[in-house]
Amino acid sequence: MKSTKDIAALLDEPACEHNKKEKSGCAKPKPGASAGGCAFDGAQIALLPIADVAHIVHGPIACAGSSWDNRGTRSSGADLYRIGMTTDLTEQDIVMGRAEKRLFHAIKQAIDTYHPPAVFIYNTCVPALIGDDIKAVCKSAEERWGVPVVPIDSAGFYGTKNLGNRIAGDAMVDYVIGTRDPDPLPATIKTNSKVHDVNLIGEYNIAGEFWHVLPLLDELGLRVLCTLSGDARFREVQTMHKAEVNMMVCSKAMVNVARKLQKNYGTPWFEGSFYGITDTSQALRDFAKSLNDVDLTTRTEALILREETRVRKELEPWKVRLKNKRVLLFTGGVKSWSVISALQDLGMVVVATGTKKSTEEDKARIRELMGEDTVMIDDGSPRALLKIVHDYKADILIAGGRNMYTALKAKIPFLDINQEREFGYEGYQGMLELVRQLALTIESPVWKSVRAPAPWKVSADTASFEGQSIRAEVANG
Amino acid sequence: MADILKRNKALSVNPLKASQPIGGSLATLGFNRAMPMLHGSQGCTAFAKVFFVRHFREPIPLQSTAMDQGSSVMGADENVREGIKTIAAKSRPTLITILTTGLAETQGCDVQRNVREFREANPEFADVAVVAVNTPDFTGSVETGYAATLTEIIRAVVPYAKEAGTYPGKRKRQVNVLVSYMLTPGDLEALRDILEQFQLRPVFVPDLSDSLDGCLTDEDFSPVTIGGTLLSEMATLGDSLATVVIGPSLIKAAELLAEKTGVPNHFLDHLYGLKANDALISVLAAISGQVVPERIERQRAQLQDAMLDTHFMLGQLRIAIAADADLLNAFVDLVQEMGGDVVAAVTSCNVPLLTRIPVDSIKIGDLEDMELIGKANKVQLVIGNSHATDTAERLGVPILRAGFPLYDIIGGYQLTRIGYRGTRQTLFDLANLVINFSHEEIPVYRSVYAQKPATELTDYPLSCH
Repeated sequence: MKSTKDIAALLDEPACEHNKKEKSGCAKPKPGASAGGCAFDGAQIALLPIADVAHIVHGPIACAGSSWDNRGTRSSGADLYRIGMTTDLTEQDIVMGRAEKRLFHAIKQAIDTYHPPAVFIYNTCVPALIGDDIKAVCKSAEERWGVPVVPIDSAGFYGTKNLGNRIAGDAMVDYVIGTRDPDPLPATIKTNSKVHDVNLIGEYNIAGEFWHVLPLLDELGLRVLCTLSGDARFREVQTMHKAEVNMMVCSKAMVNVARKLQKNYGTPWFEGSFYGITDTSQALRDFAKSLNDVDLTTRTEALILREETRVRKELEPWKVRLKNKRVLLFTGGVKSWSVISALQDLGMVVVATGTKKSTEEDKARIRELMGEDTVMIDDGSPRALLKIVHDYKADILIAGGRNMYTALKAKIPFLDINQEREFGYEGYQGMLELVRQLALTIESPVWKSVRAPAPWKVSADTASFEGQSIRAEVANG
Repeated sequence: MADILKRNKALSVNPLKASQPIGGSLATLGFNRAMPMLHGSQGCTAFAKVFFVRHFREPIPLQSTAMDQGSSVMGADENVREGIKTIAAKSRPTLITILTTGLAETQGCDVQRNVREFREANPEFADVAVVAVNTPDFTGSVETGYAATLTEIIRAVVPYAKEAGTYPGKRKRQVNVLVSYMLTPGDLEALRDILEQFQLRPVFVPDLSDSLDGCLTDEDFSPVTIGGTLLSEMATLGDSLATVVIGPSLIKAAELLAEKTGVPNHFLDHLYGLKANDALISVLAAISGQVVPERIERQRAQLQDAMLDTHFMLGQLRIAIAADADLLNAFVDLVQEMGGDVVAAVTSCNVPLLTRIPVDSIKIGDLEDMELIGKANKVQLVIGNSHATDTAERLGVPILRAGFPLYDIIGGYQLTRIGYRGTRQTLFDLANLVINFSHEEIPVYRSVYAQKPATELTDYPLSCH
């Protein structure tokens, strides 16, 4: 179990703007009014996309049982991450102190059955509370079976999901990164330009969306040593220390990894996003800038020009359909501003945005994009969201999956942009999918069908939805 | 207003169309103690019988006038008379239908005269209704054969109000329901349930839910249908409150019924989707004078919720439909109500309904046409009968099975797609097909620089689509 000191150290993240603010992203959850996940949730989500590792959840069934195989991340090959593994501790294990022994045998079983290059052990509340020494179990299992076994001490009660992300990142820095040097460049590669090694931290390849971006990086001669953790492999994570630059993608969740890689290996890092045309181009430019390679800069500008021209042309017919549609955006942190620019690229009007997890810097960027009077929403309760949708006459709510059914029950068009979604929106190509999904729901005839009263109840009061259905009709027309 | 694209090739490849005698037989099989007899060669009946046995997985009563070389050339009047007599004597059915085939019509048969001749010569079988229908397979389809047969049965067995002394509303809760071939026995059961919730007593004409619903009976063998609309009930149609007509193909039959009985008609195109069922419920509320039952209101709200949940999968989905006109029209409405696009609409023959189906064009053709149009329009899902399964496979898309015949699934005849509940299930079925088989994923990309384990390239070959 982590000591209070360990947790305090994790909470103290100098690279995070929240650090000195009173209202921190890692603030204590409030009993009775809390909706986020726990530290275990965060740790598992951060690392599960490492596709060839055996991920074992050490604890009774609730932790793994209700969360395994519940993420949209995709792999280009290995699929061991899709196999749910847990020690499924029983009352006997807990009372009689057999949990450690069960874990030890569980590791053996996973290695014997699946021959993974590594095993990750996620600690959860119950074993943490009864004092299982998972570090020691992992160490002796590794010695005994000759396969790296990494403890990720992530009991839920340590804190929030955000903290869990950091615990996961720390585990990678402490146990995995730096244990192997990168492969030499494949002999088949013939290029006159210099190939640069880079990492992406916090890129999860949801629905395979990073495959919209990766071909561009290949074309520019940026070798991605590892994406932490979308479509990653254990042997890739091992080599992350050798990158020339790291990009923190979209989320600050694993900012500790970037900071520690800079501290330990001197690797610079920058923050960026692949959502929207503007941000994608910016991210590519930032790579060239940090690598300080004139040739790369020239090629990057050429690629940006080509891709932007292509995608803007393809977006034209969609822009007509989406222009002036009003959006209420409710997402966490950085995504708020990165998605705003994507939507504004389309001529849509963002009427309000959620800033619950945003930093002061994020908020400043939002004001810059949307103007000073922009509505920023801190209260993410369903009732508050719906009120804003009605007050500001939003045509669509864009938010995470768990708000989806809130929106649908209130008969409001909805777009899911969180991790469980099935569509990829990254890169230039992803914009085309984004517009397709936006148009699909906004223009759908079902809104009219569900808002209209039954014909035998025509006289009933329908005033509250009148404004909405008129707009739906306009959209359909 | 759809553009009707006529057949423009010599060869029909993977036909969608089934013949008029099939439709006529199907209509007949919905009456109690009935026996359809196809006037043609034995093969006409044998194929039809296999067609129905595979679809319903039931023994199917079906007879033949067994025209041979002699009668085909010299005249087959005797075959018809003898056939009727044999069936009447052997099985004592209450209804025999004589359905002509292409062979008999080409020869120049006059089955109506044959029936009159039989009547004169065999007064002992006066209690057996015998109805002759012209249903050659060189014109029309299942839909037209079914409708024509129903029309002729009504002409033959429903008495004029004046003569029989019937009047609308004499039976205070009885409602006639004329049902198109597109309603399955499962659909009819659901529809009966809906009517009964309005305290109405439906008389289905015909009633396949009573004859071909897959029900074990005490009788181990019956040469004729067990169950179906009673002929005695046909005599009471004139006493009903109203007639509800489901399916545009039945307009003629319905008009004839109204002309004979004076019972007012309520026309509904189909019972798929929210709007169509709102229309049904409104009609039933008006006929019965009852308020809409809470259970039905709840089912309506459940359907609305399902529409929201599934619109993400079905919106903008490019769908190909191959079906006879009534069913095609029903699915087009359902798909469009959900925001999907019908990118290929193929039907078997030209009927008046086609021009008012709201798609750009309808191809009168076969499953090959659907395949080609579907391919050109990047279809994502196919709706059609079991024959279209291979088409869908070649297109690399999933199929929702509907229509005739359904031989590669068990219980196809029992699929319930009508009503708020049936529609909800259909939306779920469609959405599940999309999620599991038709979801367009971002193709896997492998970086040339990637440090993935070398074995992965061979262990996980990229899928071919």
